[in-house]
Amino acid sequence: MIATADVTAALQGKFPQLTPRPSGDHPAFNVPLAEAVAVLKELRDAHAFDFLVDVTAADWGVDASPRFTVFWHLFSTTDHGYLRLAADCANDVEPVAPTVSDLWPAANWHERETYDLLGITFSNHPDLRRILMWDGYPYHPLRKDFPLAGIDTPLPDLEVGDLTKTTAKPAPMVGGPFVASPGEMNMTDAEPRAKDESWNERSEKPASE
Amino acid sequence: MATEHAFPDTAAKTADASQEFLTEKMSVAMGPSHPSTHGVLRLQLELDGEIVTHCDPVLGYLHRGDEKIAENMTYNQFVPYTDRLDYLAPLANNVAYAIAVEKLANLKVPARCEAIRVICCELARISSHLLGLGAFAMDTGAWTVFMYQFTEREKLYKLFEELTGARFTTSYTRIGGVSRDMPEGWTDRVLSFCDQFLPILDEMLEMLTRNKIFMDRTVGVGVISKADAIAYGLTGPNARGSGVTVDLRKDTPYCGYEQYEFDVPVGVTGDSYDRYLCRGEEMKQSVRIVRQAVKNMPGGAWYAEDAKKIFAPRKDKVLTSMEELINNFMIVTEGPQMPAGEVYFEAENPKGALGFFIVSKGGGVPYRMKIRSPSFCNLSILPKVCQGNLLSDVVAILGSFDFVMGECDR
Repeated sequence: MIATADVTAALQGKFPQLTPRPSGDHPAFNVPLAEAVAVLKELRDAHAFDFLVDVTAADWGVDASPRFTVFWHLFSTTDHGYLRLAADCANDVEPVAPTVSDLWPAANWHERETYDLLGITFSNHPDLRRILMWDGYPYHPLRKDFPLAGIDTPLPDLEVGDLTKTTAKPAPMVGGPFVASPGEMNMTDAEPRAKDESWNERSEKPASE
Repeated sequence: MATEHAFPDTAAKTADASQEFLTEKMSVAMGPSHPSTHGVLRLQLELDGEIVTHCDPVLGYLHRGDEKIAENMTYNQFVPYTDRLDYLAPLANNVAYAIAVEKLANLKVPARCEAIRVICCELARISSHLLGLGAFAMDTGAWTVFMYQFTEREKLYKLFEELTGARFTTSYTRIGGVSRDMPEGWTDRVLSFCDQFLPILDEMLEMLTRNKIFMDRTVGVGVISKADAIAYGLTGPNARGSGVTVDLRKDTPYCGYEQYEFDVPVGVTGDSYDRYLCRGEEMKQSVRIVRQAVKNMPGGAWYAEDAKKIFAPRKDKVLTSMEELINNFMIVTEGPQMPAGEVYFEAENPKGALGFFIVSKGGGVPYRMKIRSPSFCNLSILPKVCQGNLLSDVVAILGSFDFVMGECDR
């Protein structure tokens, strides 16, 4: 395993703004967003963290500030240690983070995914398009203000939508058993019935013909 | 001057030849329903004749929002969703997810549970590699292996069904254990499967390893250098085929893998053929691990006793004891209460390193769960590998990558 204390000391000597981050397992650091790329480059070149495992982000809620935190997970193929780096985005409305796709080509798709699902723009990214949702999709589904049940949106192909006058149907889980938002629907209504879903304890079973 | 007349003007001749074969670039959508894209991957190809000049993979056809769903349900409720990630090795996904959450909960599962999980993982690896092998062989023109491996997988599915109650979507693990102990005599049947499987595996590999057609289609095709494999985040047999000696079972042992003796096959050239050889050898090593696990199967509980607030109590106890009934009630209504924290765990799955990054704020549901899927990362190198290859080689390269879109799109 990697000598964690050495890495921590070396990094903090070079980047004084680096602070340890509480973590359940691997060593983790908070870093100012502006220094993130430099720290990652240093970790890659000087500390053998040559493998970018993951780039992702978390949304801490509509009212939180900073609202978005970007995470990088690194792995060392020689020392077999992990390391986590986290940086808060300054802008809560239009979060921007620097790309690391020139350090690791692997970051290309991870950053596209983070942009797609959480709406974080990676500056200088060579090809920042949506990757899982379709081009032109208006929302970022992993944000906390996006409902689990989904939002009615036009069909991906606008030509078809215009022709058939249809929009995409609400996600099939609306009112389903997994919509755990309190106050909107009680469990009795949300509870699935094996076959006939038209009745429950509160509304009577329709008389059979 | 004389020499100039003696030799034809080569430059002019080349210009003539290029005039003759000048082609128009063609844009072709390969997929999303193409037999060799193994699911719903679409490759937007730009072709110059038969040469691929540009490849743009289009993903997301199987995106179900698993990460969003995970944020809205309790930890145990998400286990069935992990089946649907890499649906060719559901048992391995179950185990990877359970270990990630156990890490968050600081939970140690008993040795018997770990041994059962190791057997599950390795049988899942065999089953996944078998299909990968068969589909790869079929893509390159060999039908027989496909038929052979399905017979073997059927035997494996019988074992899975006996163990978990389901053939495909096993949902076998729980946070803090597995859903039930192994049935009586199951390990014997696993052993007898292993005994009869090895000769058949050899027969299958013999059909391909020195097969002229198969070698012509795969040797030197889709070469990935070691540096590229690391830079693009490749894991599993795809990375090892390029000479990256990373196997998380060896490097960061989990689930008691450090007790087992096995070798990690590593390729040299990093072409499609090396990736095939790695998978073939890995199956043999899996059999080795399964045999050791069965031989040294510890007794005792198959769930963590100190996971009372997390692991749903056994049904017979719920029906007879008040304590357990209350526990069961609390777990069902409020979900298992987890500590706050951030953990990342990845396991060596058949397709590569499947990772779960869990951000918990305490309580019964994860605040954010990121699934790092190996197929997604492995596919990101496709634009680079496919460029300059023949269209027919793209089929061989895709086959050698052995990806699953359920996991890629999540």
